Amino acid sequence: MSVLPTLVPEATTAGGFLLVLMLVLPLAGVFAALTLGGRNARRVAMLAIPAGFALAVVIGVELVQSGRTLVYLLGGWAPPLGIALRADGLSVVMLLTTTVVLLAVALFAREGFQTPENVREARTPFMFWTLLLSVWAALNAVFLAGDLFTLYVALELLTFAGVPLVSLEGKPETLQAALRYLLFALFGSVLYMLGAVLLYGAYGTLDIALLAERVRPEAVSFVAAALMTTGLLAKTALFPFHLWLPPAHAGAPAAASAVLSALVVKGSWFLVVRLWFDVMPGVVTLTAAQLLGALGTAAIVVGSVVALRQERLKLLVAYSTMAQIGYLFLMFPLAFDPAGSGPVHGAALTGGLLQVVSHATAKAGMFMAAGLIYAALGHDRIADLAGVARAMPVTVLAFALAGLALMGVVPSGAYLAKKLMLDAADGSGQWWWMIVLQGGAVFTAGYVVLVLVSVLRSSAEPAPLVKRVSRLSEIAALALSTSSLLLALAALGPVPGELVANPLAPKELGTLLAVVLGGALLALGLSRRSLFGVRAATEANGGSLRRSAVAVGKAFELADRLIRRWQVASISLLVMVALVGGILVSSFPR
Amino acid sequence: MNATTLYGLCGSLLIGIGMYGLIVNPQPLRKILSFNLIGSGVFLLFGVVARRGAALGMGGDPVPQALVITGIVVAFSATALAVALLLRLQEASGSATLSSPESTNPPEA
Repeated sequence: MSVLPTLVPEATTAGGFLLVLMLVLPLAGVFAALTLGGRNARRVAMLAIPAGFALAVVIGVELVQSGRTLVYLLGGWAPPLGIALRADGLSVVMLLTTTVVLLAVALFAREGFQTPENVREARTPFMFWTLLLSVWAALNAVFLAGDLFTLYVALELLTFAGVPLVSLEGKPETLQAALRYLLFALFGSVLYMLGAVLLYGAYGTLDIALLAERVRPEAVSFVAAALMTTGLLAKTALFPFHLWLPPAHAGAPAAASAVLSALVVKGSWFLVVRLWFDVMPGVVTLTAAQLLGALGTAAIVVGSVVALRQERLKLLVAYSTMAQIGYLFLMFPLAFDPAGSGPVHGAALTGGLLQVVSHATAKAGMFMAAGLIYAALGHDRIADLAGVARAMPVTVLAFALAGLALMGVVPSGAYLAKKLMLDAADGSGQWWWMIVLQGGAVFTAGYVVLVLVSVLRSSAEPAPLVKRVSRLSEIAALALSTSSLLLALAALGPVPGELVANPLAPKELGTLLAVVLGGALLALGLSRRSLFGVRAATEANGGSLRRSAVAVGKAFELADRLIRRWQVASISLLVMVALVGGILVSSFPR
Repeated sequence: MNATTLYGLCGSLLIGIGMYGLIVNPQPLRKILSFNLIGSGVFLLFGVVARRGAALGMGGDPVPQALVITGIVVAFSATALAVALLLRLQEASGSATLSSPESTNPPEA
């Protein structure tokens, strides 16, 4: 079911028209919002997104019932001349996740992005709802497109819809962040396009299913794989190509950050998966996958440590996104079959997909909670968050649950994902990834503990709230975080039940305790301000230990700043192309 | 060296020049122009691919031409969006530069 069929000639399957509807619905929404204008944009989005959720469910049911990939041939023309839309298990999971997150984002933004009473049309809300629908349309195209060129167009649409979301408020620094994001993403897409051109030149098709049959391990496909993978990594903001992510995601309004962080970066990640698993599994090698895993590990460490050093909550969450993107790439080396000849659809890929779903929901919830805190206080300085937990308990609960879900506490999707990937690592003897998988949670715990300690700290006077936040927004954030935390229970259907342990078993509690303690130690050592006020920290840890830890933190910050320079990032992009290409060539002939 | 190879080399050269510009030039407008150079190079390369992949007796494979046209539209939209952002940035801040000192954190208090 999850492997694309290689039946020739292909035909439209029953239910294939649903895929067209899934593309048409958000696009129709975009046009309706544009033409109706004004406050109607929100109404259109509020109608279209639930309808899209229902449609995604129907597609899922259809897929499970028919047991094979849904296909729709546009105009009845079969590839290579025609264009096919395809939905396999991967696509459907992503479609569903997207609609669920968008639904929550729409509820969250309902009050914040409404047109004021006395005007017919306000720019920011109008653009927000239209762009939200555009992002959705582009994502659906990414998940359903069956050939590399349509995917290129879909990916560009995703960037074009995502970039203006960053600069919705029109402040100079967000405009700058948006421009940086756009230019670097264009660099990435041009590399991808070059790779696609080379593939067409060599094999005469860009259709995924046909390419999978024709592509052979030879020079041209090595170069194409290196170019396309690297280009997509630039768009996914994997370390060291993350220069655009922190300012863009932290500067955007919370609802937009949630979409960008939860969904937009996943679009290009999804394409890397398509490329490696479905287009050229016989071309990529385990060594190249190890490189992706290594970059993922670096992202986890650097992203988490720099997150701990942040002064502002939204930047902390943005850096945590950078770290979480690293997790998504640990799956690649684990997904190779035992002989190491190519990545296969299996437990590791399921784990990676679960990780995407749980990260999308948890991170969206976390950004929303951070945004609510910002809106209520008028600032998001971590040092001045004392008393927030008492003032806005639901929001803080949403943040805490999202944090627990990201750490991989028992019934969360991340827990199940970790379990699946640990099994895969054990099975293939790649013990080093087991260390990363287990250790990563400690880093996540670090910044979650830091924020929770800050908001739980009691203050002499109640936290000064400048604005009451909408209850609906708080509930939307809480719902997303909770669903991420309970994801493993929902996934029980296709996954054997014994994979989910009793959350209160001594072993699980012990792991949780160790993770939280480790995180607290990290936060104690590395945070910008000492965790419990200056005196307590020096007494508890000894001044010199804290001083050296702070020096390490500063070194990480400095390295991050260096890597995020335009020249450094773009040259490392080219180096990456050479590296991946070199690794693939060196394994030839195998 | 035949005409097709020369054509392909020209495309590659454009890509190289564009990449140099994209990496080295600090001004955003020049980066946008460099991106367009790379794009043109890729499209030229696609033209060569069409020529080489043509079946016997045909002047060229028509599929890449259709794709190049789409690609040009995409590149044009990208350029328009980038220029629009640049103009807004110039309007809002009085200068059009990407290289603000990355002020993610104010100096330690």
